[in-house]
Amino acid sequence: MALEEYKGVFVFAQQVDNVLDGVAFELLGKGKDLAAVLNTEVTAVLAGSDVKGLADKLAEYGADRVIVVDDPELKEYRTEPYAHALASVIDEFKPEIMLVGATAIGRDLGPTVSARVKTGLTADCTVLEIGDFPLNPVAGEEQLHNQLLMTRPAFGGNTIATIACPYNRPQMATVRPGVMQKIDPIAGAKANVVEFNPGFTPNDRYVEILNVVKAVKNTANIMDAKILVSGGRGVGSQENFRLLDDLAEVLGGTVSCSRAVVENGWQPVDLQVGQTGKTVRPQIYFAIGISGAIQHVAGMEESDLIVAINKDEDAPIFDVADYGLVGDLNKIVPALTAALKAAQNE
Amino acid sequence: MKIVVCIKQVPDTKGGVKFNPDGTLDRAAMLSIMNPDDKAGLEAALRLKEQYGAEVTVITMGLPKADEVLREALAMGADHGILVTDRVLGGADTWATSTTVAGAIRNLEYDLIITGRQAIDGDTAQVGPQIAEHLGLPVISYAQDIKIEGDSVIVQRQYEDRYHELKAKMPCLITALSELNTPRYMTPGGIFDAYDAEVTVWGRADLKDVDDSDLGLKGSPTKIAKASDKVRKGAGEKVVLDTEEAVAYLMGKFKEKHII
Repeated sequence: MALEEYKGVFVFAQQVDNVLDGVAFELLGKGKDLAAVLNTEVTAVLAGSDVKGLADKLAEYGADRVIVVDDPELKEYRTEPYAHALASVIDEFKPEIMLVGATAIGRDLGPTVSARVKTGLTADCTVLEIGDFPLNPVAGEEQLHNQLLMTRPAFGGNTIATIACPYNRPQMATVRPGVMQKIDPIAGAKANVVEFNPGFTPNDRYVEILNVVKAVKNTANIMDAKILVSGGRGVGSQENFRLLDDLAEVLGGTVSCSRAVVENGWQPVDLQVGQTGKTVRPQIYFAIGISGAIQHVAGMEESDLIVAINKDEDAPIFDVADYGLVGDLNKIVPALTAALKAAQNE
Repeated sequence: MKIVVCIKQVPDTKGGVKFNPDGTLDRAAMLSIMNPDDKAGLEAALRLKEQYGAEVTVITMGLPKADEVLREALAMGADHGILVTDRVLGGADTWATSTTVAGAIRNLEYDLIITGRQAIDGDTAQVGPQIAEHLGLPVISYAQDIKIEGDSVIVQRQYEDRYHELKAKMPCLITALSELNTPRYMTPGGIFDAYDAEVTVWGRADLKDVDDSDLGLKGSPTKIAKASDKVRKGAGEKVVLDTEEAVAYLMGKFKEKHII
């Protein structure tokens, strides 16, 4: 593998039902930063069926070029035709960096493609930078420049590792959704579109889709939620969870709860956070009327941002909260919901 | 039907996480467990065994100590255990790990391979799909339900906002979510038998169609530049304000953090 043949920053522009996923724009935003350091371009790889119309939108968010792989076999996501599409693009266009969103699609597509093109893949990155490897000069070892340094949490978020992929190309990473910043869209930007079709011949690895079942609200998986509005005993009753439902709705979040709430029969066990429930790591965790027993904290302390609302000033939840509000949740929660709604309508 | 289940011994990071006084991870104080998603995969295999009849082989790669999780699997009802262990396999990233496990599985007959979606120490979710790729098999990740129909599997594949019901011809590889089921406990008789059971131990020489250059630390395309234990954050700000001020305070913080 002649590493210097590999040029440019590529991002996989995930779409489902011909709607681009927000992570595609976030990757373009980050890709632009990396490309500026490397003095190269950002290319979006758009795969799907009848998706060409989405190319300009990718240009608005920073794509210098869009490679479109359009084929009826790519109508719904399936590992094989998509892996074939992306691996073929990599073989043909030879990017030095390939970024994929760490979604339920990207975390299947990324590993399959990395194994196929024989390169490394770093999962669920939260920081991407260009730098040297090794970080500091080591006697007897060449220090390589302009390497992609990929930082990610591991050990349930208890350790942080920075990974490089110095001797293989492309340097591949899946990137946690919601972490990178998208740019303000450039109105009227037009994509430089390159159409590419490697040919799709179904075989046993093309699995058959029998059914597509879209989730109803009740099956929300709190482990995948970006925003959790979690209630404890202090909420007081099943009916009063309505306040949390309203806040979750305005934020596009999901309601979860503590063990006491499940024991009182106010919420199903699927929504329970903590040692005997689920471990969650959303971007924002609201702990409302939750005292913060160690068993609960163990399940949510790795959340990016913790907001606690509790009337007891000494509640242990305040020891892990970034922002703690001492007060009556029955007043604060509806007022906060109203303020967020007003901000959205501005 | 022959089912191979891939399992991993991991430190218990959920709930049982222990810290040193300086805020770093106290690994020595943490228990080793069978990775939860893998255990769900094993449970799924055992249920298929009960329903359709199957021979279940569990395989793990790790230190000699990983023998413990194989015996736990045998005590739950698996038929055979294989430990892949060798100094030259140490320090493997997901590429080298999946290459190793695929090299071991090439010695086995199988209709179905089940792995956990991801291990709680690395959280990568990469090894399952990469094993499938090395073996040239169809892969179905994030399985929340598994059924057999003739020579095919029918699987519910979970996404953020939906699931796909998929049909794949066997042999294929499935990665299991811990939500798939509630794993059974070991039976006392099972535990007794498991400690007498023969566990097969394989080393580098037993791996089929694998190059030395693809194994262990040297065969890993990804290299660790830096690793550190995350120092736990302490308490943030706590304010006692009336409702209106409290909301204004929080809205200000959200704006500062670009949340709104």
